[in-house]
Amino acid sequence: MGIHPTSPSNSNFMSKQQLDGAQALIKTLDDLGIEYIFGYSGGAAIPIFDALETIKTKMKFILVRHEQGAVHMADGYARATGKPAAVLVTSGPGAGNTVTGLMTAMMDSVPMIVICGQTVTWMLGKDAFQEADIFGITIPVVKHNWLVKDTNLLPKIAREAYHIATTGRPGPVLIDIPKDISQGPFTGDMNPKISLPGYDPSSNFDICPKGIREAAALIAKAQRPVILAGQGCMIARADKELMHLAETLDCPVTSTLLGKGVFPENHPLSLGMLGMHGTAYANKAMIECDLLINVGSRFDDRIIGQPSKFCKDAKIIHIDIDPAEAGKMIRPDVMIVGDARAALAEINEKIAPQKHPEWNAKLDGYRKKYPLTYKKQGGLRMQQVIDELYHLTKGDAIVSTDVGQHQMWAAQFYKNHESYHWLSSGGAGTMGFGFPAAIGAQLAHPKKTVISISGDGGFQMTLFELATAAIHKLPVKIVVLNNHYLGMVRQWQELFYEDRTSGVDLVGNPDFCKLAAAYGIPSVYIKRPADVTKQLEKALAYNDGPILIHAECVKTDNVFPMIPAGAALEDMITEAPKSRMAKPVGST
Amino acid sequence: MKTITTTDTPVAAVNNGSGHTLSILVNNEPGVLMRICQVFSRRGFNIDSLVVSQGRNPSFSRMTIGITGDPLGLDQIIKQVGKLIDVIHCFEHTSIDSVTKEMILIKILCSKDERSAALQITEHFGGKTVDLTPSSMVVMINGDSPKVDAAIAMFSQYEIIETVRTGKVVMARGEQPT
Repeated sequence: MGIHPTSPSNSNFMSKQQLDGAQALIKTLDDLGIEYIFGYSGGAAIPIFDALETIKTKMKFILVRHEQGAVHMADGYARATGKPAAVLVTSGPGAGNTVTGLMTAMMDSVPMIVICGQTVTWMLGKDAFQEADIFGITIPVVKHNWLVKDTNLLPKIAREAYHIATTGRPGPVLIDIPKDISQGPFTGDMNPKISLPGYDPSSNFDICPKGIREAAALIAKAQRPVILAGQGCMIARADKELMHLAETLDCPVTSTLLGKGVFPENHPLSLGMLGMHGTAYANKAMIECDLLINVGSRFDDRIIGQPSKFCKDAKIIHIDIDPAEAGKMIRPDVMIVGDARAALAEINEKIAPQKHPEWNAKLDGYRKKYPLTYKKQGGLRMQQVIDELYHLTKGDAIVSTDVGQHQMWAAQFYKNHESYHWLSSGGAGTMGFGFPAAIGAQLAHPKKTVISISGDGGFQMTLFELATAAIHKLPVKIVVLNNHYLGMVRQWQELFYEDRTSGVDLVGNPDFCKLAAAYGIPSVYIKRPADVTKQLEKALAYNDGPILIHAECVKTDNVFPMIPAGAALEDMITEAPKSRMAKPVGST
Repeated sequence: MKTITTTDTPVAAVNNGSGHTLSILVNNEPGVLMRICQVFSRRGFNIDSLVVSQGRNPSFSRMTIGITGDPLGLDQIIKQVGKLIDVIHCFEHTSIDSVTKEMILIKILCSKDERSAALQITEHFGGKTVDLTPSSMVVMINGDSPKVDAAIAMFSQYEIIETVRTGKVVMARGEQPT
């Protein structure tokens, strides 16, 4: 005789609607305010995908075409909002395909939560189908990760993951969940207290008063100060405090690639981006300043060139939330470890207004002597397309880029007026990043103009996400600047390797307009400089879905100014050199 | 009887000028050791000795790591280890502010005729014989690293079959936590 269907114990069990681990996880992510999950299914992740159907949430799931696309979309979403999205993939190859995106996010301090399905616990380490030790593989590219061994811990781990990803110096986190854990019955606490004895980001808001006093004393003495604004300033939402500091001190401001927009680049005190392909006037300011105030930049090698010669006559104040950045590249005179907004607020209380007419006039002279320019004859230049995009959108668009020449030109010519409008893979330099990142940003901001600027090389690395953009009718403006080359490497080969082009000629590029059409996406084609405005206006006016802008550009243009890798800022060149240059000593 | 020589076995150099001892308190979780080792290997530090054991509170583990590498990078590497989520704290200790001990087991070939001399050496180093057969002997000695090195040098008169060193453990002097 079987179990009686109306036996009391059985009906109690049924009416209690017991959750499984996956359902508890999805409920927790929803509670935490996650808005989007980008993902791709597979065997080990089926229970978690099933929970997306059985649990009612406010979260939206976006099915991508490759896991790398999912991670970059979550990255773009985070860079456009400051909030994390989730990524949900299966075990083995699915999880493995997230590694580049995790590394990209880790290098640039971008929060995200990646959840991977995994084989069942009793098969771990036994080479089960689609098993990969993603916990071990990703340790160097995440802020923290977990391999979950207890179903009841899922809500706690998800909350810890969110907390770690979004506080202190943000970063990606990964949760690996074996299938028996996700589909096992959940009998734990849905609102557990998190416990992280080795992690206390609240201390970032206690700024050491000694550092503030010393910084204020250096500022009071400065004759030629410069502020270097990094992404840390943006993450701390210190835009107002930064503006106050700059205007009170009459102090010019340069920003890193990732800091673009935290100080409006159309402000008279803005010097634009500094570094390897930064403006000549920003780099001149670094050479000639007597005080550098670095707010939230990690002194990347693209900025400092040769560390021993960097700002060697200047005093340096370094504000960073990460104590491990103190003295990593450059030894500062005053180190302030903590949140940039908290630190700037305290510094602002201790400073008196200053005027630096001579210093600013000198930098104005450099602005006039070394302006960012390009030719409008002899073929279409990428710079012109970007410059006109800037003017047509009045600098209000969210712009994502890929990596290479177009990225540097976009940084130079698309001036950012506010934070969270510039999405670019800086530390990792990940090709294929830009287009999926734009999709993530457009989902976060459906009403805003979002422009994805890619080269022909990087675009082809993740172009499969055209399907994702098309089915969701996302009005991303997909700009493909096509020079049929991996242009940045070709530039190096021209300048440093006697023009031996090796492995950079992208013969066989598809017709990008026809490619878009295959996904039902309209396109415009630009070849003549005279057509740029008209065609871009047409593309910008189309908002019923994505549109692709295929710009056929000159094949062999070079990005200037340029500081060869590892060289001093003094060695900057502002135009094509007349004689052959020595091979750079820097890494890349 | 075996000829006694003092030159055929190199003395292990444990703590030269660029050696450092770190004491790290960590969450007792799988993978913690991997996270820490990756920080060292990425920055080109070599781990000379490593002792890991459960802490007095079983939620934590104590690691004592002896490392060699560029002293200029050490300060930064301590901060990088310290910022790992699973690390409660990471301190560097010197021989002035801490006591350092390790233990060695030395297995030698030792006949009846050689035994009393070997026992004398053992006694000199405050050691103990922990295994004895007609042809061999295992000696246990503990102390700081130079003492252990000296013991190896003395026992090199015999044919050493093998040695096993625990690696250093360190504890801060006085009331300071380690």
